[in-house]
Amino acid sequence: MTEPAAVAAPKPHIAHEVPHEALGFWRKYVFSTDHKVIGIQYAITGLLFLLFGFSLMMLMRWQLAYPGAALPLLGRLLGEARMPGGTMLPEFYNELGAMHGTIMVFLGVVPLAVGGFGNFVVPLQIGAQDMAFPRLNMASYWSFFLGGVTMLASFLVPGGAAQGGWTSYTPLSVLAGTGQTMWLIGMIFLITSSLLGAINFITTIIQLRAKGLTFLRFPFFVWTQFVTAFLLLLAFPPLEAAAVMQLMDRVAGTSFFLPSGLVVSGQVVAVAGGGNPLLWQHLFWFLAHPEVYVLILPGMGIVAEIIANNTRKPLWGYRSMVYSLVFLGFMSFIVWAHHMFMTGMGTAMAAFFQTTTMIISIPSVVILTALIISLWGGSIRFNTPMLFAVAFLPMFGIGGLTGLPLGLNVADIPLHDTYYVIAHFHYVVAPGTIFALFAGIYYWFPKATGRKMNETLGKIHFFGSLVCMNVVFMPMFLMGLAGVSRRLFDGGASYAFAQPVLHLNVVSSWGAWTLAIFQIPFIFNFFWSIWKGEQTDGNPWQATTIEWAAPSPPPHGNFPVAPEAYRGPYEYSVPGAAKDFLPQYEA
Amino acid sequence: MDIPYTVEVRRDTGLTNGKIGIWLFLASEVMLFGALFASYILIRTGAPSWPRGDTILNVPLATFNTLVLISSSVTMVMAWASLMRHRFGTFRIYMGATILLGFVFLVVKYFEYSHKFENGLYPSTNNFLAIYFTLTGLHMLHVFGGMMVNAYFLGPGSKLWKTNPEWFANRVEHSGLFWHFVDLVWIFLFPTLYLL
Repeated sequence: MTEPAAVAAPKPHIAHEVPHEALGFWRKYVFSTDHKVIGIQYAITGLLFLLFGFSLMMLMRWQLAYPGAALPLLGRLLGEARMPGGTMLPEFYNELGAMHGTIMVFLGVVPLAVGGFGNFVVPLQIGAQDMAFPRLNMASYWSFFLGGVTMLASFLVPGGAAQGGWTSYTPLSVLAGTGQTMWLIGMIFLITSSLLGAINFITTIIQLRAKGLTFLRFPFFVWTQFVTAFLLLLAFPPLEAAAVMQLMDRVAGTSFFLPSGLVVSGQVVAVAGGGNPLLWQHLFWFLAHPEVYVLILPGMGIVAEIIANNTRKPLWGYRSMVYSLVFLGFMSFIVWAHHMFMTGMGTAMAAFFQTTTMIISIPSVVILTALIISLWGGSIRFNTPMLFAVAFLPMFGIGGLTGLPLGLNVADIPLHDTYYVIAHFHYVVAPGTIFALFAGIYYWFPKATGRKMNETLGKIHFFGSLVCMNVVFMPMFLMGLAGVSRRLFDGGASYAFAQPVLHLNVVSSWGAWTLAIFQIPFIFNFFWSIWKGEQTDGNPWQATTIEWAAPSPPPHGNFPVAPEAYRGPYEYSVPGAAKDFLPQYEA
Repeated sequence: MDIPYTVEVRRDTGLTNGKIGIWLFLASEVMLFGALFASYILIRTGAPSWPRGDTILNVPLATFNTLVLISSSVTMVMAWASLMRHRFGTFRIYMGATILLGFVFLVVKYFEYSHKFENGLYPSTNNFLAIYFTLTGLHMLHVFGGMMVNAYFLGPGSKLWKTNPEWFANRVEHSGLFWHFVDLVWIFLFPTLYLL
């Protein structure tokens, strides 16, 4: 970035002279300030948390499929306090449920999508050497790490981890055991981490983009990260405030969320009272609805990159996608109370929030439709990243469209507390976002390591996961429509009306366990390919965006010559061009 | 490797990285305190009765503290202005004064808090005190944080003045923006809690 006049067409493959002093092991791989190392740290930590969160769910699925049955082998290992004789205690089930949600959202998907892909890819895609604040970036990762450790440690305190669900609704959570305090402290670390990250992303994208890279020449992925960062920046602080207030309630005996005359187990709780339990829900969902978009937007960005690359066509309607994205970002701040129709809000409030909810579905549909139309007439290359990206479209479509009834007050009330809601948002996040994240891993793996992941193992991973995801979640729609509550420890076994659909619990559970088996090829492939994968050059996918101008793996400082953007991000199959793609970075 | 636009501004945005960063941070802080003020409104409007602040809290002390914080904002600007005029000695005096005024604020707050505790008024007593202690406590944490940063620029951080005075002046300006924000939060807290 020193001498713009000297910038010619970048030469991606020249050896990079190392002008800086060599760093020791700790500074290079552990306490690194390099965005690529931090991105990989985030990604690997996030993947481990995803696996852990998934394992918690697999334990729960045992209890749901075979209520009260002793779990062979593993059941006894978890100890008498959790699974005496291998049979799960309801308290432990609640811990698993609360921590599954918390871990998947705050420690798995967001760190992988934003911390991992955002950190690794965004500076490369905008042609920057690093993030704007490298040390802040490191602080962000380590704050996340501390938050994760706090959450994990909460399993070991007396009474176990938080049991109040990932939403930690008051007043129950205020009266819960020590695990809840750990949850709140963990959240404060995670929120701090997100804030530092968000400031860094926005500044980096505005300030460090390459010469010629105007906003409407950004790859769609950069746009999604840009909007996501604003959501994190502005939506998370209210939850931080709420976490501080709940911590005050628990530690200092205040009653922000405790109403007067609250009776627990026949005893009036001895607090000053006057608090408002719904206040927590408002503050929580003020974050957590934008958080839904934090979960999905980076996934959409990844899918857009991969679809453009593998259809060898420009994205259809790039500008309308960008405008929809920005509009969606704004709207996501005024729809939160559609999670709260069950609280008995007045019809005026409900009418407002269901209107905004219907409005926000429009930009999502615009983006999804643009991605589907982008496939039209392309000579599609079905490699593993593309398979995951294409599967994202119908999976996210199912998740999104089944959400519409939940946005309407009248339809939401019978459905809200049932498995229908579980199926709906898992379709968005699990075969939706997580498929997009897998697609991203397969797609940018060559950039990070210089080697491709194995295609055969990738396809086994893909087809196995696709089938299993649907086996897990499709039955939940049926159970939900049959009215089975999503909060039952026995999966509905004690209710007569649930009997005709109970066998679906077994189907779902076996789907989940098989899904785990199909992740083994991925884990093996990931490590095997780091050392043994097929070697590639800087641009193995013949892609157009700027990250492919850097050598693979990119050295410290990324680009041998500062890149420049000469055109839009997706100039594929331009008539009259010598090859079927015109990279942004070639004059 | 040097990150660009730490000292010079980027032509098309007219800003340095740090300037954007601190404003974004302040935006998130607005949301943090905004959520707490919103909670205050919700809890107060839902309460059957609510004490007037001046019946419980010490208004003269808080007025004094308001003056202290406003003065500290003035000295903060003077510290930065001294750097712009390349008067490092004057900078040190004003920066020292800013930190000292922050310290005076905290000492006064300490007396206010301990007076409440002596009279058996705790956060758990009622929701007025709960919101009072939470808001002012979080604000004090911000004052303390700002003092730490300023102390760094007065002490070890000031080495940068010798090698890159413009960068150092930028950093002090950003720290000043934060300090003014903390001051501004108090300007809202004082009437809300003590007078209304």
